[in-house]
Amino acid sequence: MERRKKRKLIEAGAFLIVRSAALVIVLSLAVVVGFILFHGASAVNWTFLTQPPREAMTAGGIFPAILGTLYLTAGAILVAFPAGVASAVYLSEYAREGRLVRIVRLAINNLAGVPSVVFGLFGLALFVVFFKFGSSILSGSLTLGLLILPVIIGASEEALKAVPRTYREASLALGATRWQMIHRVVLPAAFPGILTATILGIGRAAGETAPIMFTAAAFYTARLPTSIFDEVMALPYHIYVLATAGTHIEQTRPLQYATALVLIALVLAVNLVAILLRARMRRRRMS
Amino acid sequence: MSTSAKMETRNMSFYYGESKALENISIAFQACRVTSLIGPSGCGKSTFLRTLNRMNDIIAGTRVEGEVLLDGRSIYDADVDVVDIRRRVGMVFQKPNPFPKTIFNDVAYGLRIRGLRNRTELYDRVEASLKAAAIWDEVKDRLNESALGLSGGQQQRVCIARALAVEPEVLLMDEPASALDPIATQKIEELIRALRDRYTIIIVTHNMQQAARISDETAFLYMGKLVEVGKTDMIFTKPSCRRTEDYITGRFG
Ligand SMILES: Nc1ncnc2c1ncn2[C@@H]1O[C@H](COP(=O)(O)OP(=O)(O)OP(=O)(O)O)[C@@H](O)[C@H]1O
Ligand SMILES: [Mg+2]
Repeated sequence: MERRKKRKLIEAGAFLIVRSAALVIVLSLAVVVGFILFHGASAVNWTFLTQPPREAMTAGGIFPAILGTLYLTAGAILVAFPAGVASAVYLSEYAREGRLVRIVRLAINNLAGVPSVVFGLFGLALFVVFFKFGSSILSGSLTLGLLILPVIIGASEEALKAVPRTYREASLALGATRWQMIHRVVLPAAFPGILTATILGIGRAAGETAPIMFTAAAFYTARLPTSIFDEVMALPYHIYVLATAGTHIEQTRPLQYATALVLIALVLAVNLVAILLRARMRRRRMS
Repeated sequence: MSTSAKMETRNMSFYYGESKALENISIAFQACRVTSLIGPSGCGKSTFLRTLNRMNDIIAGTRVEGEVLLDGRSIYDADVDVVDIRRRVGMVFQKPNPFPKTIFNDVAYGLRIRGLRNRTELYDRVEASLKAAAIWDEVKDRLNESALGLSGGQQQRVCIARALAVEPEVLLMDEPASALDPIATQKIEELIRALRDRYTIIIVTHNMQQAARISDETAFLYMGKLVEVGKTDMIFTKPSCRRTEDYITGRFG
């Protein structure tokens, strides 16, 4: 009897702890979003979304920054998606476990651990200065692309590894070459997982400040970019600038929160599209 | 041609790394015959079958010794294209394994990877294959649905259709009915009998009655060695080895 009681107590305690942990996460998210909403929502309106900043960035909108972040994120995905998926295919489908693969993996893991400001400096040295791309969408996209490369490689590799062996065997047994098997069977089966990797990458790329600070982001420019060699404003950097570098830090608080709100909404919207796309693909395949 | 057999192994041994899974197997398969491979679990039936279409190539560290001949030519020679071998020697697996594609695309897969693009020709060949696999009537109205929505027995016949679509000369089947219920199994057996006219079929089975019903020849494998091979009725009525008799009558294995 005693032992049973004790067991029940432990059971209840463990359940309480894990459930609280889960609740704390939900709560933190709710608090953060709620806080930003509370402080920023009133400043978001049509003018804010469609106009450039005015009066030393204490009024007007953030349209150039929205556009800049969209460009930079799209550019980063354009860089990291093909390179990341190709690397993942190599690692999981072609490479035999050995010295080279271990080194590549080590490099990827270390790349994932490098602080983002180091990527910023690296991008500055390589793309801005050495390749003379200047502070531009191109330099920023390449830098952000490098930053999210490990995320995309890692998650894509997981997705490829999760494709059942039976698909591969069936494909090869029908006389497919390895490449035919990969691009006709393995990649489509892994695509939902790869898309998830990309979503993670998008969120990361859109929100980073340090990597674009020296490589792409302009303090202020009302001019919209016309080529990939132009500087742009960007949402995270704009928040940083308003919050630290302006002369009206207190006065622009609502603008800062409103910008943060737009950034979060943007990332969520992109994620939502990707999630819907993935769900639709899964359904189509299963039905 | 050095032999009249469609497919043949000569003193063939097979290794997973250091461990020998098959030892010195010599056996010939005549064209348009069904041969059953029987033997206790782990004796090497699947391994043997997979040496015949070089599926073991994809497992790292494996090695074949001796010869495997298709129409008298070694399939392991350096100048032989493994893709070509797998095209001529088709395979059906134990568990139905349709692709996550529509039934039509699944059966058309083997044709498409060979560069067949013409819609009508593709359609004709898919239809012919599904008919040959005795599944056409059940799927003709749902060719654009996923094969995953079919029953296990239907899925397996789609997989057979997929293998037939590329017109192999030899068909390897590794316990194709072991995951199926008796009615589905019976359909597969009827199908195998019907396919015998056109294909050389080698089938692994754990079911003695099934081996007796469908095959012309039966080979008994034990611990990586070929114990006995001969006409099915001989093997089942007057086996020459004690081991074979013990296995068939269920005294071990
Ligand atoms: N990938 C592998 N690596 C190492 N050893 C293997 C591998 N596959 C099979 N073996 C070994 O080879 C031997 C033969 O296995 P195989 O799968 O060919 O037997 P089987 O006769 O098909 O058995 P079952 O009737 O259970 O399917 C077994 O001892 C098995 O453990
Ligand atoms: Mg087996």
